[in-house]
Amino acid sequence: MDWEFTQETFVSLVSALPLTLSLAATAITLGAILALALALARTSGILVLDWFARAYVFVFRGTPLLVQIFLIYYGLSQFPAVRHSIFWPVLRDAYWCAVMALSLNTAAYASEIIRGGLLSVPHGQVEAARACGMPRLMVFRRIVLPLAIRQALPGYGNEMISMIKATSLASIITIMEVTGVAARIISETYRAIEVFVVAGFIYLAINFLLTRLVQLVEFKLSPHLRQPENAAQMAIAGDAR
Amino acid sequence: MTQPGFFDLLSFGPDGWAKALLAGAWMTILIALSGYTIGAVIGTFGAWAKISGGKTLRVAADAYTTVLRGIPDLLVIYLLYFGGSAAITSIGRLFGADGFISFPGFLAGALAVGITSGAQHTEVFRGAFKAVHRGEIEAAIACGMSRSLRFRRIIAPLTLRHALPGLGNVWQVVLKESALVSITGVVELLRQSQIGAGSTGLPFDFYLIAGLIYLAISTVSSIAMRQAERRFSRGVRRG
Repeated sequence: MDWEFTQETFVSLVSALPLTLSLAATAITLGAILALALALARTSGILVLDWFARAYVFVFRGTPLLVQIFLIYYGLSQFPAVRHSIFWPVLRDAYWCAVMALSLNTAAYASEIIRGGLLSVPHGQVEAARACGMPRLMVFRRIVLPLAIRQALPGYGNEMISMIKATSLASIITIMEVTGVAARIISETYRAIEVFVVAGFIYLAINFLLTRLVQLVEFKLSPHLRQPENAAQMAIAGDAR
Repeated sequence: MTQPGFFDLLSFGPDGWAKALLAGAWMTILIALSGYTIGAVIGTFGAWAKISGGKTLRVAADAYTTVLRGIPDLLVIYLLYFGGSAAITSIGRLFGADGFISFPGFLAGALAVGITSGAQHTEVFRGAFKAVHRGEIEAAIACGMSRSLRFRRIIAPLTLRHALPGLGNVWQVVLKESALVSITGVVELLRQSQIGAGSTGLPFDFYLIAGLIYLAISTVSSIAMRQAERRFSRGVRRG
C-alpha cells in the first residue's frame, strides 16, 4: 500500500464525513418522530390508523431504498404540479430528497421496533399509574414511553447503524458524502483496495462509537437492573473473606 | 408526441415495456439467488469457524462479520467492480492485451451481495446451531453414529429448521440489496427502469412499477418461506 496516497485519501474522505453525519442525524431524528407516530397508530386500536401503518410498513420494508430515493428525486419532478409548487426548492435539492427517502424508510423499520417496546410495557405499570390518578397523556409521558424506549434501545441501535450505512446510497444521486468521494477517487485512480480500506475504516469507526454510545445510554437508563455500587463492593469483600 | 399512459407502459405492445421489465426482474432474481447461494456457502464456513475452529479461525470469522456488518454494501460493490477491473486489466497486460478490460458486472454484483450476506448467514447459522439441544447430539453419539453421519442426519436438519426464519430475513435483505448492483450497469430491474425512465421521460411511473415488482417478489417469497417453515417443523408441537 502506498502510504502517501492513503493519507491523501483519508484527508479527502474525512472532509466528507460531516455530510454523512448530517444526513444520518437528520434522517434518524425525522424518522424517529414519524416512527413513533406510526407505532402509536399501530397500537391505537383504531382500524383506519392501524391499517394505514401496516400498509406503510409493508410498502417501505418491501422495496429497496434505492427505488424509494429514485422515486422521490427523479420521479416527483415528472409532475408539473410539483415543479410549480412551493415545495420545489426542497424537492429539487438532492440532499433533502435523500433525507426524505432515508427518513421515510427508517420510520418503517423503527416503528416496528418501537411497537415492540410499547407492547413490552407491563400492564400492571399502566394500571398503577392510572390508580395514582394520572391522566392518559401523563401515563404515556412518564410511564409508558420511558419503559418502551429502554426496551427498544438495543434494536434501535442496530437500526441507527443501518442508517449510517444507508447514507452511502445518497452518493448515487450526486451527493458527495464519504462513499461518494470514495467512488470518485476509485474511478479516477482505479486503486480500489486502498480507498476501500480507508472508507471502510471511517464507517467502522463511526459505527463503533455509535454502538458504544447506545450501550452507555442503555446503562444510564437501567439503574434498576444494576446492583448498587457499595452492594457490589460488599459482595466482592464477602467473596474475599 | 403524446406520452403513453401508466398501463400502456405495462403492456406487451410497441409502447409497452412489460417484456423488458420482466427480463429485468428475472435478472434481479438471478443476482439475488447467486448472491444468496454464495452467502450461504460463506456462512456455513463462517459458522463452522466460529463454533469449532481454532483461535485463529475464530478471530478471522469474528473480524469478517464485524467488518461486513459495519460498512456499507455499496462500498463492497465498488471494491469488487473497480478492484476486479483493475486486477483483470493488469492480468491482461501480462498477456499482451492493451487497454482497459472491465470486470463483468454480474459477477462483481453477485460476489458483493454474497460477501455481505455471508456475514448475516454466519450469524444465522451459528444461532441456529446453538438452538440444537445438546441431548440430540449426545443421543446420536450414544447410538454410535460417526461424525459425518451425525452431521448429516442430526445436526444439519435441526440447524436448518432453526435457521429458516433467519434465512428468510436474509433473503429479503439480499433481494433489496440486489438493486445496488444496477450501478455496475447490469440490466436488472432497477437499471431497466432507469433506461425506461430516460427514454420516455416518465421516471415516476417506471420507479413505481419497479417498486411494485420488488414488492410482489418479496411478498411471494415470504409466503413461500412461511410454507417451508411449516413443512420443516412438522415434528414440532405448537402451542
